[in-house]
Amino acid sequence: MVVAEIKPFEEIKNSIREFKKVLLVGCGTCVTVCLSGGRKQVELLASALKMSRNLEGDEVIIGEKVLPRQCDPKFVDMIKDEAGQYEAVLSMGCGAGVQGIADIITDIPVLPALNTTFIGMADEKGRYLEVCAACGNCILAETGGICPVARCAKGLIHGPCGGSQRGLCEVSKDNPCVWQMIYERLVKLNKVDFLKKMSRQRKIPVRPRRLVREEPKPKKEPTKGA
Amino acid sequence: MGFREALDSGRFVVTAEVGPVKGTETKELLEDAELIKEKVDAINVTDLQSSVMRLGSMAVCHLLVDHGVDPVFQMTCRDRNRLALQSDLLSAWVLGVRNVLALTGDHPTLGDHPDAKPVFDLDSVSLLKVIGRLNEGFDMAGNELKGSPDFLPGAVVNPGADNEAALEMQIIKMEKKIEAGAKFFQTQGIFDLDLFERFMKRVEGFRVPVLGGIILLKSAGMARFMNKNVAGVFVPEPLIKEMEATKDKVRTSVGIAAHLVKGMKDLCRGVHIMAIGWEKRVPMVLEEAGL
Ligand code: SF4
Ligand code: SF4
Repeated sequence: MVVAEIKPFEEIKNSIREFKKVLLVGCGTCVTVCLSGGRKQVELLASALKMSRNLEGDEVIIGEKVLPRQCDPKFVDMIKDEAGQYEAVLSMGCGAGVQGIADIITDIPVLPALNTTFIGMADEKGRYLEVCAACGNCILAETGGICPVARCAKGLIHGPCGGSQRGLCEVSKDNPCVWQMIYERLVKLNKVDFLKKMSRQRKIPVRPRRLVREEPKPKKEPTKGA
Repeated sequence: MGFREALDSGRFVVTAEVGPVKGTETKELLEDAELIKEKVDAINVTDLQSSVMRLGSMAVCHLLVDHGVDPVFQMTCRDRNRLALQSDLLSAWVLGVRNVLALTGDHPTLGDHPDAKPVFDLDSVSLLKVIGRLNEGFDMAGNELKGSPDFLPGAVVNPGADNEAALEMQIIKMEKKIEAGAKFFQTQGIFDLDLFERFMKRVEGFRVPVLGGIILLKSAGMARFMNKNVAGVFVPEPLIKEMEATKDKVRTSVGIAAHLVKGMKDLCRGVHIMAIGWEKRVPMVLEEAGL
């Protein structure tokens, strides 16, 4: 999933300071799962903003909505008319969500309430870890299902840098050296040979990337007598 | 005799290392080089070591050439993409540089500009391949060069990797570096000859010259610091005690280094001495080791 975290409250408050009516929009997908932009967070942020502005004698009206997905135009269309009553939209979606709304609601500012951080997963300790850099050229088949592009601090794909100590990464002692994890997994899978073979060059994608999905052709009715 | 010829000759070779300063001051470095140049076969010049911004390796290599030294241009993948790496290699060649040591490089967060963008477009293995391609007269994209270099490419290996998996991966990567064209290896600093001997047994079949790394200890504190913070360096307790007890740190340090050099004579093809500021003492080490 896309992992994001809520911006510091003061930053959010400042970003909407000039507005009296703001539509706060959550997203029901990734950011709901990583507890940063779902219904619960929308409710909390709305009341915190209202309370804080009230205390300053500068009331603000905050509308609350949660879309199933902000990155999908058919869902954003659902709030297009309603947004007309507001001065700004504050999105609790990821970067794609904010832009998904801004692409459709073009006459008022669409502001981010989250910092989008990475594509990740939760571990058993309740932390979220970056595990994929969306490199566009997946090599997980060769690395035992553990990604060095995203999880090695240097993105090395030919093996470790030699800087790890006691199995930890030279960059942050909070992180295991991912090459150690890959090695151990490959030993378990009896595929250490993969490490010797891997010799591809990392591809650096040209941004922005685009993916065109060809529509499946409607099946033709079988013609009689065919 | 240049470094390549020394390696080809089959005799025990010696390389040393200098680190440029932060700034334009080169006097002391060149003095050090003058002092040791007759005793060594090549001098490495580090490339923004520990990710600290300094005078560059290529320029200092060029100065060393002018002083009659055969330099080893250390090149990391930390700061340059493939365009800059290839271009710098060509530039180094026309400035008289003949040997390149291909390194991945430390991460910028470890240095004095921690917010610098880490590049790592290539890594040590792919950089070695690129050097090979340039030698053949082509760039990485397959375009033909007008005039090509003939570098001697080398690489590093860390025999003291501190657990089995890390050591196995070092050896696998060493094989890949050889496949990618590495013609010599310089190792991380070694203080335990038994461990180094075991390592050399493992890589015997590779048939690429290995120069064992020697670090001059300056104090017990430095040894402890390295044990804690420098990957693959392990100074055994008795040596630390020796440094602690001594009245003459230089003598003891030189003695320890000379003992290691002697021990390596039967184990590998040469030594690479990292004096880290004590370059002037390198001749003492070699003399005491009987070289
Ligand atoms: S190799 Fe890593 S970054 Fe690339 S697609 Fe696969 S998981 Fe994502
Ligand atoms: S220590 Fe491991 S994870 Fe960290 S940069 Fe080096 S190879 Fe990558």
